[in-house]
Amino acid sequence: MSNDDWLTEYFEAERGRLQSLAYRMLGSRGDAEDVVQDAFLKAFQNLGQFQGQSKFYTWLVRIAVNEALMRLRRRRPERMVSLDEDVKTEEDSMPREVADWSPNPEQLYSQAELKDILSKTVQGLPPGFRTVFVLRDVEGLSTEETAEALSLSVPAVKSRLLRARLQLRDRLNKFFKRRDGESKQ
Amino acid sequence: MTCSEFLQELTDYLDNTMDQRTRAELEDHLQWCHNCYVVCNTTKRTIEIYRDSQLFELPDDLRNRLRTAIIGKCKQHKANTEA
Repeated sequence: MSNDDWLTEYFEAERGRLQSLAYRMLGSRGDAEDVVQDAFLKAFQNLGQFQGQSKFYTWLVRIAVNEALMRLRRRRPERMVSLDEDVKTEEDSMPREVADWSPNPEQLYSQAELKDILSKTVQGLPPGFRTVFVLRDVEGLSTEETAEALSLSVPAVKSRLLRARLQLRDRLNKFFKRRDGESKQ
Repeated sequence: MTCSEFLQELTDYLDNTMDQRTRAELEDHLQWCHNCYVVCNTTKRTIEIYRDSQLFELPDDLRNRLRTAIIGKCKQHKANTEA
């Protein structure tokens, strides 16, 4: 099997994961489709630059993340969007409200409503946090793989992941918190 | 252990990537601090809900369109570089 055949088969196998990643970063199916096409084409064109020091998927993720960030920048040219975009202080990730959730919060909403809530909530995170959360917690990459894919240090990934998780939790509170009179688990 | 210290360790605690001694300290804190217990529990649920969600599955027609476009682009690129 030639490199080209192998790559086409590989793309086919990994397409779903890449599409999900791009969609979560961008929140638009059309843009996600374009990002994956462009990422695969770039990988195809630059296969010779793959050093073999990282997993091929991690290399592909790095290309796709860069493509998605470029698209975010084009959407918001007045602001520089980068993975270095960060939250200024630790305080903004500190829990603002501590309320227990309903036993099965997902069942409080229809499937469509839940999709909308989760999608809008994750889109509300700064891109640098959102990307780390998606790669680490949704796509299941290890901390080290996430660091490599995003050219970040392991401590930076851990710090962003913590803040992303706490911010998401805080934003979901208003939808999922236990209502008055609801029994405990 | 203070609540701030607990929060700093929360990611490693949830990912189970810490030594036994630190884990025991965190679990001791959770025994008496209801706020940290709730934050820990709901953060864990946040991760589970996103991980389990099939939010971003693309419809079959879009998958097929993408597949055709990718293979077409790769073939076109190959033809151009060989020309």
